[in-house]
Amino acid sequence: MTSPRSGNLPGNRPDVGPRSGGLPGKLRDLGGEGGWRGFGWGPVARVAWAGLIGAAAEAAGVALMATATWLLMTAAQQPPITALTVAIVSVRALAIGRGGLRYLERLAGHDAVLRIVTELRARIFAHLIDRPPARGADALSRMVSDVDAVQDLVVRVTLPIVASGLICVAGVVAVLGFDPATGLTLAAGLMLGGGVLPVVAAKVVRRGAANLAPLRAEHAVATVDAIHGAADLAAYGATGRYEAIAARHADELSTVERSLARRSFALDATSTVLTGLTAAAVLVVASGRMSQVWAATLAVGALALGELTLNLLGAARKGAEVASGLRRIEPYLGPAEIRWERPEGSSIRLEDVGVDGRIEGVDLDLPHGKKVAVVGPSGAGKSTLLGVIAGAIEPDRGRVVRRGDGVATGLMADAHLFHTSVEQNLKLADPHATDETVMRVALIAGIDVASRYQENVGENGAEFSGGERQRLSLARALLAEPTVLLLDEPTEGLDPAHADEVLARVLKHAHDRTVVLVTHRLAGLDGLGFDEVLVMDQGRIIERNSEGWMRAHPA
Amino acid sequence: MALLGTLGILVAISIITAATGLARALSGDLTWLGLFAGAFAARAALTGALGIVAARMAATAKATLRKDLVQAAGRRGPAWLSGQRAGELATLTGRGLDGLDGYFSGYLPQLVLSVTVPAAVLLTLATADLASAVIVLLTLPLIPIFGILIGWQTRTATERQWRRLSQLGGHFLDMVTGLPTLKAFGRARAQVDAVRQMADRHRVATMRTLRIAFLSALVLEIVGTISVALVAVPVGLRLLSGGMTLPVAMLVLLLTPEAFAPLRAAGTRFHASMEGLTALDQAFGLLAAPAGARGTVVVEQPFTIELERVTVAYERGVALSDVDLTIREGDRVALVGPSGAGKSTLLALLLGFVAPSRGRVLVNGAELSTLELSAWRSRLAWVPQRAHLFAGTLASNIALGDPSAPFETIERAARAAALPHDLSLTLGERGHGMSSGERQRVALARAFLRDAPVLLLDEPTARLDVVSEKAVVDATLRLAEGRTAVLVAHRPALLAVANRVLRLENGRLLEEVPV
Repeated sequence: MTSPRSGNLPGNRPDVGPRSGGLPGKLRDLGGEGGWRGFGWGPVARVAWAGLIGAAAEAAGVALMATATWLLMTAAQQPPITALTVAIVSVRALAIGRGGLRYLERLAGHDAVLRIVTELRARIFAHLIDRPPARGADALSRMVSDVDAVQDLVVRVTLPIVASGLICVAGVVAVLGFDPATGLTLAAGLMLGGGVLPVVAAKVVRRGAANLAPLRAEHAVATVDAIHGAADLAAYGATGRYEAIAARHADELSTVERSLARRSFALDATSTVLTGLTAAAVLVVASGRMSQVWAATLAVGALALGELTLNLLGAARKGAEVASGLRRIEPYLGPAEIRWERPEGSSIRLEDVGVDGRIEGVDLDLPHGKKVAVVGPSGAGKSTLLGVIAGAIEPDRGRVVRRGDGVATGLMADAHLFHTSVEQNLKLADPHATDETVMRVALIAGIDVASRYQENVGENGAEFSGGERQRLSLARALLAEPTVLLLDEPTEGLDPAHADEVLARVLKHAHDRTVVLVTHRLAGLDGLGFDEVLVMDQGRIIERNSEGWMRAHPA
Repeated sequence: MALLGTLGILVAISIITAATGLARALSGDLTWLGLFAGAFAARAALTGALGIVAARMAATAKATLRKDLVQAAGRRGPAWLSGQRAGELATLTGRGLDGLDGYFSGYLPQLVLSVTVPAAVLLTLATADLASAVIVLLTLPLIPIFGILIGWQTRTATERQWRRLSQLGGHFLDMVTGLPTLKAFGRARAQVDAVRQMADRHRVATMRTLRIAFLSALVLEIVGTISVALVAVPVGLRLLSGGMTLPVAMLVLLLTPEAFAPLRAAGTRFHASMEGLTALDQAFGLLAAPAGARGTVVVEQPFTIELERVTVAYERGVALSDVDLTIREGDRVALVGPSGAGKSTLLALLLGFVAPSRGRVLVNGAELSTLELSAWRSRLAWVPQRAHLFAGTLASNIALGDPSAPFETIERAARAAALPHDLSLTLGERGHGMSSGERQRVALARAFLRDAPVLLLDEPTARLDVVSEKAVVDATLRLAEGRTAVLVAHRPALLAVANRVLRLENGRLLEEVPV
């Protein structure tokens, strides 16, 4: 199957040079300063337009029932048929109009919100260039689903509130003009049903979510333990015990869900009762003050308006549900101005560099052509050091001096394979590379891509094994031909014999380039021509050659 | 279900009663308002009760399925769960089943009401005004018919679209996840426009789908409102000619939309409920797990383990082919060879996680599949490549095989595995906060505590830094002393443990390498 996403890394378009990144620093086309958070007035107008169509649809529904009532009540008095013609035509028109208007509202609303989401995605992406989120794929996928919260906010909160709210208000105003006492009765009923109850409903949802969230999390953890830990549990005869824990959490969750459902449906019932009482009260108040025809018409109209308050109740609930998601993406809603630049420099010097909680007091001189290996236990700060050299991590202390032209990049710890073809993934590093070059470089990295060149690598490269993914990333790093080649554990997932072979080939290929290699395997570094072996521990460089380290930790 | 049906019938009766009361009141007799208010309140309460009963069903069904799914996972065993399946199953058990709320609390009550209410309305209309009853009877089936026709016409088209949509939606996550890589290669800025273009294509494709998808809602809507017009106009004309009384006319007008309301509600909630039904389908598929045949044979030490021409084939290829091997008590066998050669499969075979496709695995002459598996596994201590750490204290993680172990025993195991931490330390989800080295040492501590005669070690030092590696190797040397052991090893340091070294390549046992 060919993926429709193949070829969707437009950075690979030949018109973009390898180091161009040539967009204006300011994303001017983000819609100027006006409108909602600088989205421009276009989206606001679209949402408003959809809201108006929705209001017209709701109005048609209320008017249909009221007009039909008027028609019947009048007909009972047996006037000439001409008195009914307008009502008859109206009833038919309103019947068709309501459905048609609803259809148009739905389309207009979704189109408006999808346009907003389009812009929002671009903005969030631009924001993230400058401000990467906290680590963890979870935070990222949550962010992506939070964008959907904006979608729900418009379609299921804003639009119903605008449409139903507008018609409730319009209905009250109209009746007030007709007869103040009846109007006030209607207003009181709708205020309770459409104003107070939704607020209570939103509170119930918020409190329910606060109760459910920890229980859901506990249940999720217990499930993950029972399923992902299945092998460990089976081997140690603990399967039954952990199944019981997961079952207990499932039961707790179920108990809370039931009590929440009770509260939620009780609110719905209250809303319906209010609607009935409002209609009854309108009929009682109106009966003495106007003709029976109009009293009945207003009562049925009140009943139809009361049903709209159910929409408001639903919108309030949804609003409370999506609120937390909206708060999370709040900082990313505004227009983005990308300040980030990939720093240039062929000779790089780090002076007393520190990154909070990661590395401290690091001095490192990388003149052109120098080859450095960095070893040390996991968590020692090796990858952070590479990040600082690449310019991806801004140091909190000290300074980084860069001279000359060129970039420092390569295979970083967070290398990602995109859900597209092998070719596209590799050519990301150099869109101009010929297929022959790509395949030759891949062979240097220890992977033969010829047979799988057009194959989609899958989500996060899932179609390839861990070792293969690392070698693809290594090939991509080599293809970029940076001035300073950074390699973070390039041979991870390979057995030692292969790892040594690949590393030797890579260094030969790098020729007189500057190379910084991060590895936990000290063995195999001999004879590869490294000028310096740095030993890092707890964020500091503790040794500047390999001999002492070798003595202390013979492989 | 009987309760749902009874409530559905009661709701229908209250709707008819309320409409009768209101029709009389609107016709001028306000004393009927009491009946209307009472019946309308009863309708609200009964509908609420219907919803609560359905929600309780949802909660119960979810809890039951959640328990059953976890048990089914246990029955199927670790080999089946490997790869993406575990993640999918965990998602299904969690959020996936929450989709059932849409079916039970949203769709099911409306489904019940769309049987009882139209029936009650039709009966009432038939006795009050046969002509209107006929109109409603003729238009009512249009809703399901159109619903099915449109759904049937558009399903394939929308399905294809949805697949594409989810791929376009995934593009954003892919780009965001890969942002550091894009920055590293100077491609980030250029991708802002790519993200916008992609999202815009997403919008265009979505709108194309929605234009069709909303058609069914349009039809449901129009059939409902048109029927009001179809009923009201002739009724009005008959009132005019004196062929009908006002209370009857008002009753017909008030009841007609009620007949369509539950059908429409059920129709609009059908799609949301489908998600839950898909989850349900998936769950039932998984629950149909065959219970593995239980063996009964119990074997005693000393153990002789024999593999006779064993072949293990997975869906993706052959992991082991025609392997012959005998492991005697006291043997410490190291398995070497390139990754993917079948080393881990050999351990899984001994644990009973996978069964040979051909050939036999014998323990003291008895086939492994006939052994009482939990008794056999209690004689094994397994240190996997990447042990799962459970939410809970470090002590409870070490005492996985024996939760009643006294604290001193756990402490001794932790010391033996060179685990430096306080044992009361509480670990997060999947042992969050523990490094690979610490994780391996917890696994070793588990093995120490198990004190089993046979050790199975799967690259205990893979992915470890030099300091951790040394600690783990030392602990492994202590653990293996005096036991039978099978260990997968990459690094030379570990080979010192072994008195036999076997080389596996492409699923074949190639040679016995002299130590």
